[in-house]
Amino acid sequence: MSEFLQQLLNGLSLGAIYALIALGYTMVYGVLRFINFAHSDVFMVGAFIGYYIGQHVPQDTVGGGLIVLLAGMLGCALLGMLIERFAYRPLRGAATLNVLITAIGVSLLLEYSGQVFFGATPRTFPSVFPSTNFAFGDLVISSNQVVVIVVATLLMVALEFIVHRTKIGTAMRAVSLNPKAAQLVGVNNDVVISFTFGLGSALAGAGGILYAMNYPSIDPLMGVMPGLKAFVAAVLGGIGNIPGAALGGLLLGTVETFVNGSQWSTYKDAIAFAILIIILLFRPAGLLGKVSIEKV
Amino acid sequence: MKTPALLLALVTLATAAHAADPIKVGEFACLTGKDATFGQSQHKGILLALEEINAAGGVLGRPVEVISEDNQSKSGESATVAKKLLSRDKVVAILGEVTSGRSLEVAPLAQGAKIPMIATGATNAKVTQTGNYVFRVCFIDDFQGVVMAKFANEDLKAKKVATLVSVSSAYSVGLAKVFKETFVAAGGTVVAEQKFNEGDKDFRAQLTAIKASGAEAIFVPGYYQEAALVARQARSLGLTMPLFGGDGWESEQLLKIGGDALNGTFYSTHFTPENKDPAVVEFVKKFKARWGNETPDAYAALGYDALKVLADAIKRVGGTEGPKLRDALAATKDFSGASGVTTLDKNRNASKPATIITVKDGKLSFFKAVAP
Repeated sequence: MSEFLQQLLNGLSLGAIYALIALGYTMVYGVLRFINFAHSDVFMVGAFIGYYIGQHVPQDTVGGGLIVLLAGMLGCALLGMLIERFAYRPLRGAATLNVLITAIGVSLLLEYSGQVFFGATPRTFPSVFPSTNFAFGDLVISSNQVVVIVVATLLMVALEFIVHRTKIGTAMRAVSLNPKAAQLVGVNNDVVISFTFGLGSALAGAGGILYAMNYPSIDPLMGVMPGLKAFVAAVLGGIGNIPGAALGGLLLGTVETFVNGSQWSTYKDAIAFAILIIILLFRPAGLLGKVSIEKV
Repeated sequence: MKTPALLLALVTLATAAHAADPIKVGEFACLTGKDATFGQSQHKGILLALEEINAAGGVLGRPVEVISEDNQSKSGESATVAKKLLSRDKVVAILGEVTSGRSLEVAPLAQGAKIPMIATGATNAKVTQTGNYVFRVCFIDDFQGVVMAKFANEDLKAKKVATLVSVSSAYSVGLAKVFKETFVAAGGTVVAEQKFNEGDKDFRAQLTAIKASGAEAIFVPGYYQEAALVARQARSLGLTMPLFGGDGWESEQLLKIGGDALNGTFYSTHFTPENKDPAVVEFVKKFKARWGNETPDAYAALGYDALKVLADAIKRVGGTEGPKLRDALAATKDFSGASGVTTLDKNRNASKPATIITVKDGKLSFFKAVAP
């Protein structure tokens, strides 16, 4: 029983990070209908911002940890907005395929300029938050896992608030529903899209730092696998659907952890992807997605 | 009168240029990527040996040139760079690599081209079984696995051990197999056999399963990044038992990534800078002087020895043709270098003592040496 609870906890803390990244994919898909493949590299940049800022703040303090987290989120938000402004905006109105290929290009650009600027060797992430272990019988919870779950939950609640309770959130949903109609009622689409990229990238930045805290060895290609998993999580939950992305992330992280702890651990990715295929066979729009008929 | 003198001068110049044609040696290494410290150490060791050889007038009156290629720690890249070394640069021999998986990619190419290859730290038995042109200057896992099984049994006094193996690494799988056979034969039990893939960073699930299995120690035959992350996650799950592994742990990055979580862990390796053997003391001194006071690790010593052994063979045979050089290398006997005495046996392997290192108070310290 305690093994089951421990695995569940391990799975949730991994899934929470997938969920944070998945939210960025899903938000961008919601407003622009394309997959921003550069998102996983924004996640990597977040971890590296944390690495550089983390050396200049007091180690092992909550204050220092929050500064690092905020700096990573701000830096990534800025990077996300810049990417949108210079890579995607000039292609507004072009075929989706062109934008998709540009996204892959931006992703490779970030990965390989990362190798030039940060170096290709793995770095050790500083311990920014204080870390202790809490034991409840056989169940051991590390404070890092708690931080991941708490921060991820707070950010998701904040996101839910922004999307549903603020003016800009309403505008985001309007653009997502029908960009032309939104423009007609006075929504500035460019501002909304830019904001969406900023918001999604900030979450990826936070995800990058939380990931690096738990797995403190970071390199410029670290975003590739978590990015792919988060993309799967977003599709699993129903791409374009915000609670869906969160649910997909948690589900994928938990399944992966349980498979990993069993004797079939080598098949963990195969099993995770098989689950995706099965769910999509029965619910093509994902767990929480609504089937929409594409108008031609 | 002037013309013949000029002609003579030209002829002399041409012969001199011909005589000074460098002997090209290829090196492939993981200079960047996840196992970067392996490649960097090997490379620094080789460069130190190269500078010494050339300062002493080269080999057969010709300078030696090392052409280094980076495989970025990626599988598949080594074959590409080795093909380039063999066909474009026409090297007389290939040095590398530290990992067995990537050495196994290049071994068949060297064998096919009849160009000798000297692996530095590749300990998997299969590497030199590829063919008679493939050599190594380190011990093999058939020895290392036995050493660690005996260590678990006699020093750790563990009866129940769990293993955590990287299934995509030839080194990890091979070493775990030998370990298990020996450990079980000695009366121990392997209570959990957990697996992961190369590049994985999350081991909590496997460690949680190991915790439930009642293991008294965990054998982690992986590379340093994995070992350090395993140690951190094991300690954060409340697993306080000893962790131990093989020479894949050897890296200055091990302690940087793992920190205090590594206290109470052990690993076997090829070399320790604490060794009081005059040849080792001399090597450590020269290495520190050349590379900004950096302490050499096993792969620096093995890289250094690989080039020195090659230069010695070229000197003995007086040429660089593949088959002749191969025979000379195979005859290497009692060659004294930085990692001990190298004698290549009929399977082209070196037999050298293993050193067991332990981490105490966040520092590496010598535990014991095991003779072959």
